[in-house]
Order: sequence, then structure tokens, then C-alpha cells
Amino acid sequence: MGMTLVEKILAKAAGVEKVSPGEIIIAKVDIAMSHDTTTPLAIKPFFEIAERVFNENKVVIFFDHVVPPANIRSAILHKKIRDFIEKAGIKNVHMEGVCHQVLAEKYVKPGDIVIGADSHTCTHGALGAFATGVGSTDIATVYALGKIWLRVPETYRMNILGKLKRGVYAKDVILNIIGYIGADGAVYKSIEFHGDLIKEFSVSSRLTLTNMVIEMSAMNGIIEADEKTLDYIGRKGTIFHSDKDAEYEEVFDFEMNDLEPQVAKPHSVDNVTDISEVEGLEIDQAFIGTCTNGRVEDIRIATQILDGHKVKEGVRLIVTPASNRVYLECLRKGYIEKLLRAGAIVTNPGCGPCLGRHQGVLAPNEVAISTSNRNFMGRMGSPEAKIYLASPATVAASAVEGKIADPRRYL
Amino acid sequence: MRIWRFGDNINTDYITPGRLNLTDDPKELAKIAFKEYRPEFSEKVKKGDIIVAGKNFGCGSSRETAPVALKAAGIRAVIAKSFARIFFRNAINIGLPVIICKEADIIKEDDIVEIDLKKGIINIVNRNVALQCEKLPEFILKIIEAGGLINYIKIHGKLG
Repeated sequence: MGMTLVEKILAKAAGVEKVSPGEIIIAKVDIAMSHDTTTPLAIKPFFEIAERVFNENKVVIFFDHVVPPANIRSAILHKKIRDFIEKAGIKNVHMEGVCHQVLAEKYVKPGDIVIGADSHTCTHGALGAFATGVGSTDIATVYALGKIWLRVPETYRMNILGKLKRGVYAKDVILNIIGYIGADGAVYKSIEFHGDLIKEFSVSSRLTLTNMVIEMSAMNGIIEADEKTLDYIGRKGTIFHSDKDAEYEEVFDFEMNDLEPQVAKPHSVDNVTDISEVEGLEIDQAFIGTCTNGRVEDIRIATQILDGHKVKEGVRLIVTPASNRVYLECLRKGYIEKLLRAGAIVTNPGCGPCLGRHQGVLAPNEVAISTSNRNFMGRMGSPEAKIYLASPATVAASAVEGKIADPRRYL
Repeated sequence: MRIWRFGDNINTDYITPGRLNLTDDPKELAKIAFKEYRPEFSEKVKKGDIIVAGKNFGCGSSRETAPVALKAAGIRAVIAKSFARIFFRNAINIGLPVIICKEADIIKEDDIVEIDLKKGIINIVNRNVALQCEKLPEFILKIIEAGGLINYIKIHGKLG
């Protein structure tokens, strides 16, 4: 029996010939990451077992969740983290965007084991790496020892087939899949994406796809690396392929020819519907950004729709480029100027209003449409607010109309 | 001691809401546990209480503040039909016992339960009912026995 590419990456990291689902392995970690929300609880456990990080080249710390600090409590946590960085000998420190975007731009290679203290670490599977999220104690032990215990996951193979209609994007594809599989439909599974559509997708679109596998509770999502991957990252890596006789727990064929723009309704990500069901619903805030949809491709589509239009009076459109690199490219291409002229608020790169701490917090009974990945009750502010999730195109069109709108009218 | 019943897909934003999650002090975190999702929880929870939930408990964000808050609030163990992977790891790593029990629905709020982690059995003492649960792998049991991952590493000198 052959192996999947995840099993091959895990076997290599564990220093063994073969691994099988269910087995617990100790794997060597190539990139370990935490940020301003998850680092604080890692500090005490780290110093109980180590003084310095295991390898200064493999540890990366981000300030991205609340940057710059929005209040005294955040500022105190940032300061604690800076002391930790100094004492533990950490040299890779970034405050230039969302951890996952900057990691993809600067660190991750195909074949890597990426362990991050953030649930959306699964994003990096789009680059042919095994990437998964953990908590603070786990990342503290990785920082100390360079290793982690992992239970080898069973794999769902998902073949994404067909051609997308105009106005339909990777975000619509992954929302549709989550709606079908359910929020708890892939607990602990590895999801391997294949199919014509995946090959056709840009790396940016692929990152949107793997970013959201955690929303069906998968351990990781992965896409075999190809030339596009290597072009995007500008680095070499080890490209693994699944064997023809690899074992899958289940194989799904998703035919996407007829897919309409999708929207996830409050308060769960699997509460997904075609746009026609929610069209016309009035909104107070529209948000474009995050590790899901804050890249150049996303901001380009939003600009295309907003160019020559105005954000509806009374609506806040917040655009948060996912990284400084994204921000600079959008500036050079003239997107930022067009967005500002349309009435958007453009913030510094980071997680922005996604987790409800700053830069666009919702009042009770307000309605937001967002390109982010979670619409849990209270996620972006008041628990009495409502959050709808959609593609950058749908969010941009909704900002123009002041209500949830089908982007195809603007394309 | 009492049982706190919860449904399916309880996410970590409900356990420790992101906007309030601005401290690394367990006592402070205990005060915000389920603050908005179930406001009476942090006021009434007592040492030794148990949470019994449905499928996919602890899904969403990887924030370890969630199990830390529950443990600091006095929660003795979490029983669920299934757990989200990261919460499951985080709970084990900080020494908060987690038990996967497909029959968790049988447990009522006023039941008195005893848990045998090694055998994977929950006894509902007042009704004389025994529920067979998923047995945890030896390696994970050892981490729980040590009181968490850091203690395990201190005892064994390495991860594995």
C-alpha cells in the first residue's frame, strides 16, 4: 500500500520509512510560529524546560492580531512578548502583516513541517507543506526541543472539478465544501485537494482554500506543490506526491460548474447558502482582508468592482492588506488610491477587525459582511451583531449597494 | 459538584471571547469563561464541576486560554462526543482531563459521575450506569498522569 504526500512528509520528519493513520509519531519541525495572542501563555512553560530556542532560524514570532496595541492590556502583553524574544534568543520577529501571509511570503517551503500557535496555520498546506495549528504549551515545547508529537491523520481526498462561472472564486468553493461537509465533518482528518480546478487556481486562491479547512475541523489541508508554488515563494523545497495506491478514508468529487456565489450566514461557517437567499439584506460594515482573502488578487477584484462607484452612505468598508508586501504592490498598482476614492478605510496590515478587538468593532444588531473565515457569535464585536462570510467580490459589491449584493452585476 | 451540559460545535470564541481574552492570568481568564455564551457559568461554576458536551467541543481558534480558563474555574474534566483536535491537545497539555464518550447525552445535569481515565469508563454513580468511552493512547495517558506536557518532559527528560 502506498502513502499519501502527508504520510511521506510525516515519515521523513519522524525519521522512519513509513507511517500509518492512527500512529503517534515524534516529528522534527521546520518552522515554528506564534503571535501576540498565543505567545503570552507559551512563555512560562518554555522557561520551565529551556533557556534559548532550539534553532533561531526556525522560530518566528509575529505581532499581527492587535497591532499597534489598541489598549493598555494589549500593550502589556506585547511588552511581555518582547522580553521573551530577547531572553529566548529569537531573531525572526515581524510586525508587517498577518502571520500566515508573511510566513508564506518569507519562510515556508514544500515538504516542510510547519507548526503554528494559530488554528489557521493549515493555510500553508497550499504550498505543499504539512502545516497545522496547536496551542501555547505545544509551541513552547517546539521552541524548546524542535519536536512535536502528532497522531498521523486519516485522509479525505477531495477532487475539485469543472470550471467556475464568472464572479465565483476559491472562497465560494471552500464555503460550499464546508457547507456540505459540516463544521465537525472532518475532525482530525487531513484533506488532500486535487482536480483540474486546483491546478488552474493561483497560489493565492489555493491559500484561501487550505486556510479554511479548520472550519470543518480538519487537521490540515494540502495541495501538491508545482511550478506556480515555486514561482510564488521564490524558494526551493522538496515536492512530494501521493502514491497511486495511497489509502484514502474517503474520496469526494466536487463538481463546481454550476456553483453560485456563496454566503455563510450567522453564526456558523457551515451555514452556507447561495447568494440569492440573502441578497438585499442591509449591512453596516464590509470587511476585506485576513489570511483568507487579504492578498493582491483579492484586493484587485474588490478594486475592479469599486472603481467608479462609492461605498453606500452609512456603510463602513474596511480594507486590510494581509502584509506590507501586499500593501506595497496594491499601492504600486493604484488599487489603494481607487479604494480610498471609493470611500474605503484602508488600515495597516494585520488581522484587522477579524477577531473583534479593534479597527471596526460591531455594535449590537449591526450586520457585517466579511471575507474572513469565522462568523461565530461575538467574533467581530457585540454578540448581538450578525456576520456573513463571502468572497472579496461579493463583499465589495455589497459595500456599494449597502446590502448583500451579487457581484456579477459589476463584472 | 454539578454537570454543565453544552451542545455541538462549542467554539473557543464562546469559551474565552477574543475581545475579553487579553490576559495570561488564569484567575482573570476564569472570570470570562462563557461570559457571553452562558453568562451564569462563571458566576456559578464550582471546583469539581464537569462539562458534558456534544460533538466537536472546542472548535475554532487555537487559543489555549480556553482550557486554561475552564481549569482555573474549577472544571475537573470535559466529557464530549468528540473534540476539536487543538482544544483536545491543549487540555491534555495543561493537565485538564478530556474524555471522548459517544454516549455523553445520557449524562444529566444533576448526575454524579466518576471517571476512570485508564479504563475509559464513566460511572454515573446515582443511577448505577457505566458508560464505555474511547480509551486514550498510552502516550497521552502518560502526559495526563504527569499533569501535563511540561511535567512529562521534566520527568522523562525528552518528548519521546
